[in-house]
Amino acid sequence: MQFSEQWLRHFVDPRMDSEALGQLLTMAGLEVEEMNAVGGVFTSVVVGHILSTEKHPDADRLKVCQVDAGLDAPLQIVCGAPNAEAGMKVPCAVVGAQLPGFEIKKAKLRGVASHGMLCSARELGLSDEHAGLHVLPADAPVGQDVRTLLGLDDTVFVIKLTPNRADCLSLVGVAREVAALLDLPLNLPDLTPVVPAIDDIRPIVLDAPAACPRFCGRVIRGVDARAKTPEWMVRRLERSGIRAISALVDITNYVMLELGQPLHAYDNDRLDGTVRARLAQPGEQLLLLNEQTIDLDAGTLVIADDARVLGMAGIMGGEESGISLDTRDMFLEAAFFAPEAIAGRAREYGFGSDASHRFERGVDFDLSPKALERATALILEICGGQAGPAVQAESAEHLPARPAVTLRPARARRVLGIDLSDEAMANLLARVHLDVERDGDTFRVTPPSYRFDIEIEEDLVEELARLHGYDNIPAPAPTGHLAMLDRPEDRRDLWQVKRMVADREYQEVVTYAFIEEAWERDFCGNTQPIRLANPIASQMNVMRSSLIPGLIGTLLTNRKRQNPRVRIFETGRCFRIDPAGQPVAGYDQPVRLGLLAASGVAPEQWGVAQRNVDFYDLKGDLEALFAPRVLSFEAAEHPALHPGRSARILCEGRAIGFLGEIHPKWVQNYELGTAPVVCEVDTQALLAADLPVYSAISRQPAVVRDMALVVANSVAAMPLMAALKQAAPAIVRDVQLFDVYQGKGVDPDKKSLAFRVLMQDTQRTLEDAEVDAAVAALVQCAQAQFNAALRG
Amino acid sequence: MNDLDSLVAQASADFANAADAAQLDVAKSRYLGKGGAITLQMKTLGQLAPDERRAAGARINAAKDLIEAALDARREAIRDAALARQLSAEALDVTLPGRGMGKGGLHPVSRTLERIEALFRSIGFEVADGPEIETDFLNFTALNTPENHPARSMHDTFYLEGAEDVLLRTHTSPVQVRTMLDHVARYGDREHMPEIRVIIPGRVYRVDSDATHSPMFHQVEGLWVGESISFADLKGVIADFLRKFFETDDLQVRFRPSFFPFTEPSAEIDVAFMHGEMKGRWLEIAGCGMVHPNVLRHGGIDPERYTGFAFGMGPDRLTMLRYGINDLRLFFEGDLRFLGQFR
Repeated sequence: MQFSEQWLRHFVDPRMDSEALGQLLTMAGLEVEEMNAVGGVFTSVVVGHILSTEKHPDADRLKVCQVDAGLDAPLQIVCGAPNAEAGMKVPCAVVGAQLPGFEIKKAKLRGVASHGMLCSARELGLSDEHAGLHVLPADAPVGQDVRTLLGLDDTVFVIKLTPNRADCLSLVGVAREVAALLDLPLNLPDLTPVVPAIDDIRPIVLDAPAACPRFCGRVIRGVDARAKTPEWMVRRLERSGIRAISALVDITNYVMLELGQPLHAYDNDRLDGTVRARLAQPGEQLLLLNEQTIDLDAGTLVIADDARVLGMAGIMGGEESGISLDTRDMFLEAAFFAPEAIAGRAREYGFGSDASHRFERGVDFDLSPKALERATALILEICGGQAGPAVQAESAEHLPARPAVTLRPARARRVLGIDLSDEAMANLLARVHLDVERDGDTFRVTPPSYRFDIEIEEDLVEELARLHGYDNIPAPAPTGHLAMLDRPEDRRDLWQVKRMVADREYQEVVTYAFIEEAWERDFCGNTQPIRLANPIASQMNVMRSSLIPGLIGTLLTNRKRQNPRVRIFETGRCFRIDPAGQPVAGYDQPVRLGLLAASGVAPEQWGVAQRNVDFYDLKGDLEALFAPRVLSFEAAEHPALHPGRSARILCEGRAIGFLGEIHPKWVQNYELGTAPVVCEVDTQALLAADLPVYSAISRQPAVVRDMALVVANSVAAMPLMAALKQAAPAIVRDVQLFDVYQGKGVDPDKKSLAFRVLMQDTQRTLEDAEVDAAVAALVQCAQAQFNAALRG
Repeated sequence: MNDLDSLVAQASADFANAADAAQLDVAKSRYLGKGGAITLQMKTLGQLAPDERRAAGARINAAKDLIEAALDARREAIRDAALARQLSAEALDVTLPGRGMGKGGLHPVSRTLERIEALFRSIGFEVADGPEIETDFLNFTALNTPENHPARSMHDTFYLEGAEDVLLRTHTSPVQVRTMLDHVARYGDREHMPEIRVIIPGRVYRVDSDATHSPMFHQVEGLWVGESISFADLKGVIADFLRKFFETDDLQVRFRPSFFPFTEPSAEIDVAFMHGEMKGRWLEIAGCGMVHPNVLRHGGIDPERYTGFAFGMGPDRLTMLRYGINDLRLFFEGDLRFLGQFR
């Protein structure tokens, strides 16, 4: 909502400057978003009458003008504006005038003396118009200060109204609020009913009284639709952000801004019979004022006559029945449409209007007849004509009820945490025209017709807080029951995990949860993604089922910015359709951790050979993150990954994620450079921890034996190690793989795996024989299950 | 000078001439070895008269002690010299860069979220979480924003194709209702339910994108429900939080009347710094209010008995203010030159 301060002060004129007025409104919940001076800061610019123009003797584009600026003698002013011509009235900055950024002095332009400057709109800060001089009305008094003439000592307020304060969607509404806050008188416009000059009426019928319980209308004959809208009205409209169009349209807009009642003007000659407010029937169409033809949904409230639909009630009128510059006889509508009948409709059809904005939030239902009179009076004054009697159709039972709301002052004090007496509360509420009646310990409070936001006790509590002033509510340190929070030791904090990841040189990133469909297909193998119905861009149209695409995107961003070495992670939700998904049925939304590393394993540095990060580096990072839990890995394919370099990750036997190198075809297609290694795991698994369990440490000497087993290349290390641990006698405390060898001395299709076996007893020193037997048992197991041979 | 004195002097000179441990051993054997000078002297004692023997023996032993002392001194000097040489040879250029891995870091908004969590934990708030694909019911209806409510147009909502009743949550507020329902399920049968004190950080989505709006952004919801929680408590908690978060008292906090369907009374919270670049400018950082009775009812809580406040703040905005970041989009671009500044 935007309006001129001067116009507001017409209704209520507080003794405070614009700044303070803005502050008052903001702190009352009418947030002032912008305050803009109407014109630039300038002085000594007056109405000048151009008496004559002559071509400059030495410059083609300049004119030498004689200008009557109301001084003793005409001023000679050199001017370059193409539209300057004799007879025109224009702003004339006289010598000594201060304009935005400079001062006017006597000057010579190409040898000709110039005693002032004729101004464009831009030079006065009125608009961006700079093509020529700003033309003033022909009747502007010569020599008058242009600031006075144009009412430039004004500020445009832009306020952001919350949906509950529809009562402030008008000048009178805002003025009423200001008057209440400051306890000042409110000057309302003249709403005296117009005495009818003719008897013509057009009947009105309410076919859908719940949606339209009140409809006022009147016929006005003989109007001059081409009459000129008065300058003051144009100015107020423009400063409210509404362009002046023609007198009749301007008047309806003006009254809407002034009082808050949207009006509609029909060409009476284009109406046929009775005007009805009814619901649209299937198949009905309407050509709107905005030249769009729409198919009306059955159930949309429309205004119709005997022949056709005239307009969408409270949203937009029809092109065919509206007024034009040729209209002589008109029919003026001022109706109340129930918010429920309008709300959502405009959005459903994809457009809205100033009228629908007001009706869906609630227009004062007592205003319709008053606004009709106000508009009629203005039409007769500006466009002439003769008014018929006002006709009002009404279904009183369908008008909004204003039942009294009970307020318990004790509860208000408890909820707000303030000490405000009953009497003070009653006084505050009365200031905003709420009718307050004492009823024992409580008040019965009845709101006026323009307040749609007072229905329950909390509405009154809010009103009290607002009027008392939020600033006047104390801000004590809170008190509460002191109970310690749980600190489960078998859970890790996500922050702890994130810090651990960061300490391994990964930088956290946050990427969008919606990604390009191709990414979801290529990196997740998901051809049935969750699509957004209204994506912000086509490359952000599906919900990610994995963090990997986002990490790849971040890699690309950084590669483009010449940062090849990238180590990043993200934690975030991923989304998949899953019939068993909870807590929102049908969707699985786990929080995952994704890692990506590309290029150098370590920062380039002296004394260390460079190599690229690989599968095992990331695997090591993961193992460290999960420690002391032990992960297991098994070869498994993944759409994003190199089939020979990808693994499924298991924790306590449950698959919790995957790890691998990006598939060479994606590396090529997406121009990733060196192949990045990625992994993704479920954070639930990562956050789970085990309470440490104590076992006695041995004081007996340990025996260490190494053994190298030669196996086929196809034998995976982990199952072999698992089998060894399984087969190991009790004295074996640990079996560790410490070397993998391929090359001289080992068949090309085989590899040698070297294990270190640690043996120890808790009670006694081991004997050689039992140590030998234990190693033999391990070798025997490897031979039997993996066809391994002990390397000589 | 007798023989023994000159022997000691000679030995000292020999030892001094020995350049290393091996030469010193050779020199040592000349005096103290089997055929060494001192040993030979000892052997002559037998030829002396018994009454002379004691005095002569004492003299020889005294000379031997001197020679041994000279030997030890020289041995230590040689060792010290060798160590000095070794140390000198081993000296490093301590100014060369250290080796090893670097350090990553958390996202700047994560830093903020972690701090917010820690500050609220310190007064007994727990941390809760909720889904990002949310039901229309919990995102709007349960929050007192029924279908066609004009407030729905305050949030430009992302919807999913082919799904009527779900959306991408436009705020973290639906988790308020989830939390209340869980709480009531756990404690509802007690005569006095413990208070709900919870904050809910998370990502939320709105159809909006420019320098100050991102289609995905962060929010932290707070909720405190109990038998005597008031608007004054809300002001107290928020004012305390903001001063602790920005680590300054040099801060004005303003509660301005506003409207949200799910709170009443409602307020926007503005802050203004009293110094620095942003001096005197009111900056909107959160919305808040007393939980609307309809929302409490949807959470299974009796609004007559319990009251509560809720707030929803923008950690992205708080992060920008704290670190002087001027473009929201930087948070989501993933440029490591930017993110790397927050280690």
